[in-house]
Amino acid sequence: MYHLAMHEWALAESVIKAAAEHAAERKMRRVSEVAVVFGELQAIDKEIFPFAMKELAKKHPLMAAARFKIIDEPAAFRCRACSAEFDLKRFRKESDEAEFIHFVPEMAHSFIKCPSCKSPDFEITAGRGVYIRHIKGSK
Amino acid sequence: MTALDPRPSVIADRLKKIKKITAVTGWKGGIGKSVTASTLALLLTEKGFKTGLLDLDLTGASCHFILGSGKAFPREDMGLIPPFVHGVKFMSISFFSKGQGVPLRGANVTDAIIEMLAVTLWGELDHLVIDMPPGIGDAALDALKFFPKARILAVTTPSPVARDVLRRSLAVYRAMRVPVAGLVENMSPKGVPYDPRLDAAMGDPEKVLRTVFAKKLGFLTRKLF
Repeated sequence: MYHLAMHEWALAESVIKAAAEHAAERKMRRVSEVAVVFGELQAIDKEIFPFAMKELAKKHPLMAAARFKIIDEPAAFRCRACSAEFDLKRFRKESDEAEFIHFVPEMAHSFIKCPSCKSPDFEITAGRGVYIRHIKGSK
Repeated sequence: MTALDPRPSVIADRLKKIKKITAVTGWKGGIGKSVTASTLALLLTEKGFKTGLLDLDLTGASCHFILGSGKAFPREDMGLIPPFVHGVKFMSISFFSKGQGVPLRGANVTDAIIEMLAVTLWGELDHLVIDMPPGIGDAALDALKFFPKARILAVTTPSPVARDVLRRSLAVYRAMRVPVAGLVENMSPKGVPYDPRLDAAMGDPEKVLRTVFAKKLGFLTRKLF
């Protein structure tokens, strides 16, 4: 099955587990909403990831009724050498480079250079990968 | 709430079917950690153990070169399944770097390690050997944090400089309560002697296993098996 093949499942599993642990620590009885940020750099599949979260949530009583809100976060970079700020739009990555960044976003440092000074020493200030912005639920 | 990084929540699950974890360390560069880690993984595999090798020297990865991993690449199946290279389940940043340098600062190293550990599905292993980066910076501290069952195999050389660094490293491991399972003195007649055939064997695991280096390393580390 197409959905089973993608590595997004491993990250979706981490979202469900972390949200369930967070809710349990705060003595929530059910989680109603989890806001998940998708950083542009990692290019997470927007069909598979929500599907995977919904499927995996069914196994956690706390999470079974949760709604998943997806928030797209554009990638932003700041060069540590010359302080230039830049985004992803001007870069044309080879398809294999995009795949490698998809698996490990830090590989951007191997394939992307500051457009002003060509340094690979830049900070990813936004839009790196997957994280949870908020978890809502009732006690 | 502040932003929550979900990835660390699954790392212990990813490692729970691994029986023994050996972190091959040495705080000086160029003393043979990667060759020791790679050869140890090959020796364990040769003895019939299900063995994994994780190259955590992200900015100076070299186990892929020693093993001759060629076009091997992880398979996607609910995560990343490490490929078998000469019978060793192998994971390295080198799969994703396209042969290019990986210039990372400490926080980036930590992020990359967490990402790899969160998505790598090792399955059942008798042994996982970790090729640690030199020193005790972010990557090494992360490894000790995420692999609480790890024991240290320390590599050094007869150089007084390397031995002095070794002494300090052992004191730190003692303070951190990380068990030191063994010590390999590399390029030494008292430990693993310099083997001129080793360089020519790089990239060919069969040849590596036939070197004096491998035979002596196998003898010295036999109690780790």
